[in-house]
Amino acid sequence: MNENARPVFSCHGVHVRIGEKEVVKGVDLAVLPGEVHAIMGPNGSGKSTLANSLMGHPAYALTGTVELAGEDVTALAPDEKARRGMFLAFQYPVAVPGVTVASFLRAAVSAVRGADVPVREFRKEMLARMEDLEMDPAFAGRYLNDGFSGGEKKRVEILQLLMLKPKFALLDETDSGLDIDALKVVAKGINAAASNDTGMVLVTHYQRLLNYVRPHVVHVFMDGRIVRSGGPELALELEERGYDWLEPAAVGGV
Amino acid sequence: MASTPTVADIGSDYNRRYGFHDPEEYFMRTPKGLSHEVVEAISLLKKEPEWMRVFRHKALDIFLAKPMPTWGDTARLATIDFDDITYYVRATEKQEKSWDDVPENVKRTFDRLGIPEAERKFLAGVSAQYESEVVYHSVKEELTKQGVIFLDMDSGLREHEEIVRRYFGTVIPSADNKFAALNSAVWSGGSFIYVPKNTEVAIPLQAYFRINAERMGQFERTLIIADEGAKVHYIEGCTAPVYSSSSLHSAVVELIAMKGARIRYTTIQNWSNNIYNLVTKRAVADEDAVVEWVDGNIGSGLTMKYPAVILKGERAHGEVLSIAFAGPGQHQDAGAKMIHLAPHTTSKITSKSISKGTGRSSYRGLVKIRNGAHGCKTSVQCDALLIGDAARTDTYPTMEIDEDQVSVEHEARVSKIGDEQLFYLRSRGLKDDQARLMIVNGFIEPFVKELPMEYAVELNRLIELEMEGSVG
Repeated sequence: MNENARPVFSCHGVHVRIGEKEVVKGVDLAVLPGEVHAIMGPNGSGKSTLANSLMGHPAYALTGTVELAGEDVTALAPDEKARRGMFLAFQYPVAVPGVTVASFLRAAVSAVRGADVPVREFRKEMLARMEDLEMDPAFAGRYLNDGFSGGEKKRVEILQLLMLKPKFALLDETDSGLDIDALKVVAKGINAAASNDTGMVLVTHYQRLLNYVRPHVVHVFMDGRIVRSGGPELALELEERGYDWLEPAAVGGV
Repeated sequence: MASTPTVADIGSDYNRRYGFHDPEEYFMRTPKGLSHEVVEAISLLKKEPEWMRVFRHKALDIFLAKPMPTWGDTARLATIDFDDITYYVRATEKQEKSWDDVPENVKRTFDRLGIPEAERKFLAGVSAQYESEVVYHSVKEELTKQGVIFLDMDSGLREHEEIVRRYFGTVIPSADNKFAALNSAVWSGGSFIYVPKNTEVAIPLQAYFRINAERMGQFERTLIIADEGAKVHYIEGCTAPVYSSSSLHSAVVELIAMKGARIRYTTIQNWSNNIYNLVTKRAVADEDAVVEWVDGNIGSGLTMKYPAVILKGERAHGEVLSIAFAGPGQHQDAGAKMIHLAPHTTSKITSKSISKGTGRSSYRGLVKIRNGAHGCKTSVQCDALLIGDAARTDTYPTMEIDEDQVSVEHEARVSKIGDEQLFYLRSRGLKDDQARLMIVNGFIEPFVKELPMEYAVELNRLIELEMEGSVG
């Protein structure tokens, strides 16, 4: 991480509505290349909505500005954001029956790199990344997320993260539903992405992923806002004390 | 007349009543419409044996007596004008159509699929055949060595009358339904295949390999007999659009799989949208025989087709795997029938349909298990995918189970291309149309993977063309 680097991702004054309801109420973030931020907060605080709306989910109305590598991408469609180097690892990746992991991944890699990747080269790269993530090569031929266990789905998300090499990635509850071995593998993937200079925001409910991925910045997210930011020690404090002491009223919010 | 004639009497005096000696002249005078004169003229032109001539006349009487189906797309069926149809076209007339008559959209699709010039003319009905003599001769030689008979139905009747007479119309009698009766009266072309005992035909047979093939006939009649332990795969049709100016396609396909035999029959149908495609397909499977229908319906305005397997011998297995694509204005009413007559018979129906725009697809199926047919297993799965708010799908599954010791599974699903699926794929850099196409291709994958490679590639490209402009 270069202290003088410019943020690879930033957002300013982001509000998100679902229908009439305001769910995200003014968020500012700035993430440097290779930097890992954790956004922690109780269930229902709007963390997932923030992650999905930043990627451009059509069901959410976002106002404010979103910048990727210094360019305003607020109004861009999700696929354009992806092609410019943005990524979202889903909390609940959807199944696409009949489409194999390999053919999907090759289409995605070709779209993001802007050129068809030769099959042989692609396969070699994919199998190497799968080995890193301790995945059975047979996975390549399975239909995407179709009948996958929770842990398998999360590994495939991380596989995509490593293959697509985004500039910036949002990881939405990537640690939920994982046993300890799977958690370590996923953490290994996240650390590998960080060392590739991918800036990341980990959205999480629990502290346990942070035992394996050391975040540079921890944000506490409650009721649609970041109520406190700090270093890794803040995560430990949350682990001990819970969120109650940070209720918006307690920190002087409205 | 003193008494009402029985069915057996019908036809005994056709010769006296309708006989004439210049059928050529008859067709010159009366090119359209259906009558005993037309049937007589067809039979005479083909120089058929007496029994076939009588068979045709009887079938016509059945056709005239039978009402139109009271189920299915009755509104659309009612628009068929039987008097405006040409029931027999002589080979010499087939080439008279001009390339200029072929609709622009069909020509455009040929262009985009990259169909070779010679083949385009054939597919568009401008030239009578697409010759592939080299392929034909090597295939022919191999088949002859094995004792396999592979002819067009007319030649089959001429050269192997005794086999044809024994099996023709035994799986699908003329009285089965109105359109089977029509086909029985005026049939022309189609394939005749006999595979001897314990003989395996290595390559899939296609009408393409037959010389002088009337591959795209309106009233094709196909009969395939696989003798004990024989194996054969037959492929009908092609993915390229087939244009025909005549509006009714009503084929009959009969398959006979003897003890331990295996028949797979693959169809890809892409008729132009002015066509009513009303086809009867049925197989009989003896002990340990396997019959598989792989049936793809992309074209036509209205298709009504329900490939069937009668599981007559113990442990026989029947399978139907079908895909229907109903684009704007199309109605694909397709399905399957499995009739379990013997114990321990098994069947599987997988029906997939895509409806787009104002397209409508229906699954109509029957599974029947006779009392005493214990230990039978059947599973039916229907998946429908809707694209756009006006698209429609219906399922009409019928189960008649008269035996307790059986296993029956049925599952039906209707889905749309979900916003969450689209968002997921788009967040990986795929454009909206790419993402939609990927979802559709995934949906039909279980069907496509059963096709020979070149068909699979063509079908995927065709679906890609069909999917264009479906965004939003």
